Amino acid sequence: MNGVHDMGGMHGMGPIRYERNEPVFHERWEARVFALNIAMRAWRRWNIDAGRYEIELIPPAEYLRMTYYERWFVRLVELLVKRDLVAREEIDTGRPAPGARKEKPALAAERVASMVRNGAIASRDVAVAPRFAVRQRVRARTINPAGHTRLPRYVRGRTGTIERDHGVYVFPDTNALFLGEKPQHVYSVRFAARELWGEQAPPRDAVYLDLWDDYLEPA
Amino acid sequence: MDHDHHEHGHGHAHQVVPSDLALRVKALESLLVEKGLVDPAALDTVVDTYERKIGPRNGARVVARAWVDPAFKHRLLADSTAAMAEFGYGGAQGEHMLVVENTPDVHNLVVCTLCSCYPWSVLGLPPVWYKSSAYRSRAVIDPRGVLREFGLDLPEHVEVRVWDSTAELRYLVLPERPAGSDGLDEEELAALVTRDAMVGVAKVAVPPAGARKA
Repeated sequence: MNGVHDMGGMHGMGPIRYERNEPVFHERWEARVFALNIAMRAWRRWNIDAGRYEIELIPPAEYLRMTYYERWFVRLVELLVKRDLVAREEIDTGRPAPGARKEKPALAAERVASMVRNGAIASRDVAVAPRFAVRQRVRARTINPAGHTRLPRYVRGRTGTIERDHGVYVFPDTNALFLGEKPQHVYSVRFAARELWGEQAPPRDAVYLDLWDDYLEPA
Repeated sequence: MDHDHHEHGHGHAHQVVPSDLALRVKALESLLVEKGLVDPAALDTVVDTYERKIGPRNGARVVARAWVDPAFKHRLLADSTAAMAEFGYGGAQGEHMLVVENTPDVHNLVVCTLCSCYPWSVLGLPPVWYKSSAYRSRAVIDPRGVLREFGLDLPEHVEVRVWDSTAELRYLVLPERPAGSDGLDEEELAALVTRDAMVGVAKVAVPPAGARKA
């Protein structure tokens, strides 16, 4: 979706504010929100792409006002309700609905270490032919999906070169909507800064993006 | 760059009255615990993992090893994920790693314009500035301006490569080994490597002799 989250190349976002000796979390609630997101992912009711999409669905003015972990909180609440783990009424009242079944947590404390160690592999060991080859010139397609996509606006319609084939990965656009993994090749594509930003850009500089087969066409 | 403030004004004073958000988070946690969906001890363990166990010291060890061991550096650049696994680093947000090397002619900078993807397994959780709209919007269109704000003014002949983490590959910059570090061993070198250098917004420097601890 053409949301405000897709902010590469925008102006007016102000100076970069740097904090020396920054703590991992500034408030205890941030730590709890982070951990709640991790613990609830263990129920496997949504995937990483659906999680990102839910943040993108926050209305733009709200998105920009919120801090990072505030977005994580809103995303978690929405997913809990949408994916039938919690009823909206339970969120509102703060209490389980009368007669609600008591579950067993999906993530026990002793399983945290192995979950962090294993992560979630996004590549897929399936035989899918690449549509493009290293060194090939490609154009990022001009598409405007209303759902989730990892093709930023600032490269659409621009021409670059395939620098590397990363192999086969889950396709976020379908996965975020629970429409299947549609595994396909992901490539590192090099775009000259001048191709993206015009003559003002330094001649040698470049931006690299990791792009799926479905985002590209031959140039 | 403004070093005196940060994105959302926390940290200037301890909040005596819990914020509305803090209360809502607490209410949500209580609800999820009561429903049996969450084990509070698991939450404590997750927080402890990212506050104490996983952080930029991991990445610094990888960088220092690459500086002293050419065979390791070769493996690191050829298959970054496998080379980091030699240290036991991998897993969550480090499943698919790519190390990019700075040289006298090439400087690399990492960003995620769409969200805030970051190599947790070797750098821990990202700082506020990395997640900020200012950094995410500007890093791709004006990387040299961003780097100047961080105090790094690169000569024109240096090629700047910006890596926008749009897929599940996570990037770590292998900084140049600093001049004057010849006498240092691997552990001393690792102590010099900063998070910022591994994101690409700084170089690694050897502090002046007087400033170094014995």
